[in-house]
Amino acid sequence: MTVFELSATVRHRGLHVAFSVGEHEVVALLGPNGAGKSTVLSVVAGLLRPDVGHATLGERVLFDVGRPGASQASFLPAHRRSVALLAQQPLLFPHLTARDNVAFGPRSAGRSRAESRAIATRWLAEVDATQLAHRRPAQLSGGQAQRVAVARALATDPGLLLMDEPMAALDVAVAPTLRQMLRRVLADRAVVIVTHDVLDALLLADRVIVLENGHVVEDGPTSQVLARPRSAFAAQIAGLNMVRGTYDGRGVRNPDGLLIEGLTEDRVDPGDSAVAVFRPSAVGVYTRPPGGSPRNVIDVTVTELEPHGDQIRVRTAELSADVTAGAVADLDLAPARRVVFAVKANEVAIYRS
Amino acid sequence: MKRWAASVVAVLLIGTAAGCGSGRSSGTSSGSPSGSPRQTLTVFAAASLTSTFTKLGREFEAAHKGVKVSFSFAGSSDLVAQIEQGAPADVLASADTKNMDEAVSAKVVENKPVAFASNTLEIAVPPDNPAGVTSLKDLATPSTKVVVCAPQVPCGAAARKVEQIAKVRITPVSEEQAVTDVLTKVESGEADAGLVYLTDVRAAGGKVKGLTFPQSSSAVNTYPIAALKKSKHATLANDFVNLVTSTEGRSVLAAAGFAAP
Amino acid sequence: MSWPRPGSPHPEVANRTRAVGPPRWVFVPAAAGAVFVVLPLAAIIARVRWSGFLALVTSDSSLAALALSLRTSATSTLLCVGLGVPMAMVLARTSFPGQQVLRSLVLLPLVLPPVVGGIALLYTFGRRGLLGHTLEVLGIQVAFTTAAVIMAQTFVALPFLVVSLEGALRTSGERYEAVAATLGAGPTTVFRRVTLPLVLPGLAAGAVLSFARSLGEFGATITFAGSLQGVTRTLPLEIYLQREVDPDAAVALSLVLVLVAVLVIGLVRAGRAA
Repeated sequence: MTVFELSATVRHRGLHVAFSVGEHEVVALLGPNGAGKSTVLSVVAGLLRPDVGHATLGERVLFDVGRPGASQASFLPAHRRSVALLAQQPLLFPHLTARDNVAFGPRSAGRSRAESRAIATRWLAEVDATQLAHRRPAQLSGGQAQRVAVARALATDPGLLLMDEPMAALDVAVAPTLRQMLRRVLADRAVVIVTHDVLDALLLADRVIVLENGHVVEDGPTSQVLARPRSAFAAQIAGLNMVRGTYDGRGVRNPDGLLIEGLTEDRVDPGDSAVAVFRPSAVGVYTRPPGGSPRNVIDVTVTELEPHGDQIRVRTAELSADVTAGAVADLDLAPARRVVFAVKANEVAIYRS
Repeated sequence: MKRWAASVVAVLLIGTAAGCGSGRSSGTSSGSPSGSPRQTLTVFAAASLTSTFTKLGREFEAAHKGVKVSFSFAGSSDLVAQIEQGAPADVLASADTKNMDEAVSAKVVENKPVAFASNTLEIAVPPDNPAGVTSLKDLATPSTKVVVCAPQVPCGAAARKVEQIAKVRITPVSEEQAVTDVLTKVESGEADAGLVYLTDVRAAGGKVKGLTFPQSSSAVNTYPIAALKKSKHATLANDFVNLVTSTEGRSVLAAAGFAAP
Repeated sequence: MSWPRPGSPHPEVANRTRAVGPPRWVFVPAAAGAVFVVLPLAAIIARVRWSGFLALVTSDSSLAALALSLRTSATSTLLCVGLGVPMAMVLARTSFPGQQVLRSLVLLPLVLPPVVGGIALLYTFGRRGLLGHTLEVLGIQVAFTTAAVIMAQTFVALPFLVVSLEGALRTSGERYEAVAATLGAGPTTVFRRVTLPLVLPGLAAGAVLSFARSLGEFGATITFAGSLQGVTRTLPLEIYLQREVDPDAAVALSLVLVLVAVLVIGLVRAGRAA
């Protein structure tokens, strides 16, 4: 059941989006930098007024502005929306203890001091921060502070929780614990989480929305979007190569004339716009075109080499290949070197985009 | 943050500088010299002598080719203090004998001071005289706002003296530092009446009305003048003293309301 | 004036390991400046006649002036806070056409000679001033009252509070306020529980500056309020008057004023360190 619905246009940021969130659904909002993810959160939280749009949370109208013919615009201020926002930085109030930070929401909602403290104590326990209750934010590590910030946001019992890359500012070492904790406390809630990280999407989100240039380009269950991405960004975070073009009966031909053949998994008719998707580990790297079984052969120039697990990822402008360190040495790979990528057709998935 | 702090400091500095300039300090005035002045005669004179002495200074310059007269007008006690601290002055004209006596006892005065003018108190009221003041007695009416000089300064001492002689008890709303402060408060209508010198009323033109009262004759303020010991122009200094005490000087002073000593 | 943020280097550590200092030559003008400020204070102390000091500073007129100065400065500081905090909020947290002009006008008393301020107040609240008639009808007479002293002090001191608080508000940023709003706190709650506590050091600094400025106020007071013992003659006016007859008393009182100022600044420092 849908609990939140949004449609909003912010002209000066080129944002035009519409999506909804279910009652117990965690939605991951993905997209490259500047795609408008944070703008979306600001609009929903009430920190930014859209030019046109409307949003409802449960029965309540959060805003309804700029619609021609509408009798009058409505815009609920941030503090009356029941939409909590958890930012990249914890932004704990530096003059309050951890417990008083968490009690801030209930206090503002008019609960008594004792009641608010009880709620705070409960939520601190929920995020494993009971022992931090009497510390000031300056005495907390980044991970501890973010845990307290989560408790603070949840203590208001928000109808919708917004999270703006909550793990981005943390040590890599701390992120997994926090992610586990979030997985626990976010269950049964309506949440929109902006992230760059595929792990956040995989572990926390039921659904993924991909934003590019201020528009929704993909919207679907997490597993489906990551397994069969239709947008370049989703392919990138899923770690997959993608060639976008038109299906011509044999394969996908991109605007440059490159043809990638593969297996069509569902019905694709010639002329359909389609994508060809394959894993970097399925790509072989050669100095000259190999013979043998039917392969797609692509001339590329190496742009970058980087370690990837126990292999080396060979990056080119658009595609990547994973090879062993030994192969890198044998082939004498280095940036600017021209090589050939080869991928077997049966390693390539083709579907409509 | 840093830029903000810098601008605050700048603003504070400007504010301080402006504040420094606002103090009541000596004003320097000079006549137009004929030819290039080779000598400058510096005269320290009480603030109430500003207009008369400026006029006399011009006459002096006309009579002494190549001499420029430079004035410092301020409260008499300030002037004496400055001379004692070594200020380069050739002549001192004080508004009362007390400050001149102080200069004499500090041994900075060359000759015996000469009294050259006297001044008496008048009641100054705004032109429309809102409180209907006609006599010194009216100043004791509680609803009348009276401003006088503080007893520490000469005009205040004189005011206290006439109060005692007239057996009138004035409760002032303010005891000002200087007679000009009293005058401006009457001019602006803040005060209903003030006790100032006759010459101040005269100088204020139509901005205040002066009321004479008989007891004023008992508190006459005498103005003495003297050449100073440290003067490098002893002859010129004596010439200036002579000009002030001459008939010519008398007539200029009389025109401003000063009586003979 | 900002709170330490997680991840920022600890200030003490930064101090101890500072390898890059100012160029050495700056110490010469810096020392000259310090001497220029400190030497006159030393001169006052050297000039005090200690034998009569206690009698001079405990005379009726001195005590009355000191008490009046403390009372009026405290009141005007409260007024500065009451008026200045909202002014700083409006300047720092809103934008409207003409705001820059308004800011400049509000800060004008900083650069205005106080005497000019006194004259301006006189022609506004004086008997024949802009509002004088209205006030008289209401039965309010300002001139020659302690209220006039407080007004003169507030007039000259208010910009100090507004400037330092606006700076503090700008650096403290609006992000905490936005978070507080999303946690359900209305504007007044945000102001009371987040904005104000965050700028408290700036507010304290501004209040101290205002108090010090009020304590030293001379020009506007003598022009607007007059000078009467116990009513309008504050310590600076008393010092200036005493100079006429008793330079020793003036020096003694000057020292008292310096001590009070040092005390206030010291107390606030101690309070902030705690």
